[in-house]
Amino acid sequence: MSAALVLSGVAKAFGSKRVLDGVNLEVARGESLVIIGGSGTGKSVLLKCILGLIRADAGSIRLDGQELVGLSGRALDEARSHFGMLFQGGALFDSLPVWRNVTFALTSGKAVRGRELRDLAIATLARVGLPADVADLRPSELSGGMQKRVALARAIAAEPDIIFFDEPTTGLDPIMADVINDLIRAQVKAMGATAVTITHDMASARKIADRVAMLHGGNIVWQGPVSALDASGNAYVDQFVHGRAEGPIQMVVRN
Amino acid sequence: MTKLLLPLIALGAFALRAFGVIGQLAIFAGTALGRAVRPPWYPARLGEQMALIGWFSLPVVGLTALFTGAALAQQIYVGGSRFNASSTVPAVTVIAIVRELGPVLAGLMVAGRVSSAMAAELATMRVTEQLDAMVTLRTDPWRYLIAPRMLASTLMLPLLVLVANIIGVMGGYLIATTRLGFNGAGYLETTRRFLETDDVVSSLVKAAVFGFIIALAGCFHGYHSSGGAAGVGRATTHAVVTAFILILLTNLVITVLVFGA
Repeated sequence: MSAALVLSGVAKAFGSKRVLDGVNLEVARGESLVIIGGSGTGKSVLLKCILGLIRADAGSIRLDGQELVGLSGRALDEARSHFGMLFQGGALFDSLPVWRNVTFALTSGKAVRGRELRDLAIATLARVGLPADVADLRPSELSGGMQKRVALARAIAAEPDIIFFDEPTTGLDPIMADVINDLIRAQVKAMGATAVTITHDMASARKIADRVAMLHGGNIVWQGPVSALDASGNAYVDQFVHGRAEGPIQMVVRN
Repeated sequence: MTKLLLPLIALGAFALRAFGVIGQLAIFAGTALGRAVRPPWYPARLGEQMALIGWFSLPVVGLTALFTGAALAQQIYVGGSRFNASSTVPAVTVIAIVRELGPVLAGLMVAGRVSSAMAAELATMRVTEQLDAMVTLRTDPWRYLIAPRMLASTLMLPLLVLVANIIGVMGGYLIATTRLGFNGAGYLETTRRFLETDDVVSSLVKAAVFGFIIALAGCFHGYHSSGGAAGVGRATTHAVVTAFILILLTNLVITVLVFGA
């Protein structure tokens, strides 16, 4: 398999705080990569660098061989059209009904082709297991789990090549979390898309991932197939997977 | 010794911050204009903002103009009567309203309503990652959110000020004819004779500039907000304060430029 996304030496600092310190990572076409790591290790920053929401200080991010770092204007818009993203809180537009949210990318937000797009939205909502009557509700009228599903529908509606998932199960009960995991797995496979997920939910990681990479201290400290997760031989991964307070990763706790 | 300098240090820090903000505002305005001139355009969003800013500001702007015009006429009558000049009420009222109070008061009232609302809305969208989400959905927030707000505000403020000017003069007319013994037709005739084209043009130019400032302050502080719910509150406050200061400052500059020579 060829690599769809290649990151090399990606660095980002906020003031004196180095969040990413030369990240090297490859994502093969059609695979599902899960990036695990503790809170505040720069997982979200890494995603935002790839999406061009944050400008990387140094390094290279290549999508199908095309360099993304330093792109701007129309070239950046074009590159972004290959991406879909499910945000942690859903990030649904609360001023628009659900079906306009789902089809937002297809018209760049323009309120046109109403009937046709509404039908498409209902079809996409069905793919994530939501009934048609949800289409006319406002996002604020939905439960957390339904909002996540609408956000998932919105992320896949434009059939992107690569989909990013930012903590897809955070804030959901275990059953709804598993429903979301199944949906992500099924939809990514059905579309033949490449998936990059960041999470600290190990159950989710085991379910979604083909391959797992661990981010710590601004670097990828381990990566391997999900089957090797329990026998990684890496002290960081062992500590994280088993959720121990003792180990090489020290949480800063003020007394 | 250093304690004595503390107020000066604070003043210097404020001045530096103020210049920094003015520079950032200029860059923000430039970016917004640069994006706004290239498609896609969002006429539906523009219409929505024009209604929100123009139509729904009418009551508050109208009331402000009415009461201020009436109070102004009363004071000019009281002050003028000391020099046997109480007959100047219509002339001074219309000039004060059209040149200064109409645009400034309408600008400040709309800033209180609109800058704060824009800042709160955009800041909430920033906090909940809706702005980032919009970018990943092939839509430019500058074109979808910011450009329609700035254009709508710049277009609607002159219309609001036109209404404010008329209602302000009518406020003075009401007081003058009911309490100060002026003849209605005579009052309006004097008003018409003293009002010049330059007064109206400068009034509307000021209004357009204030409209631009109102949206600029609201969008700037909302777009660049950070830090959760407290950040939304800060953005709202800063937007209103920035708009107020810039409106009063640019009003002085335009007044001196137009009428100082």
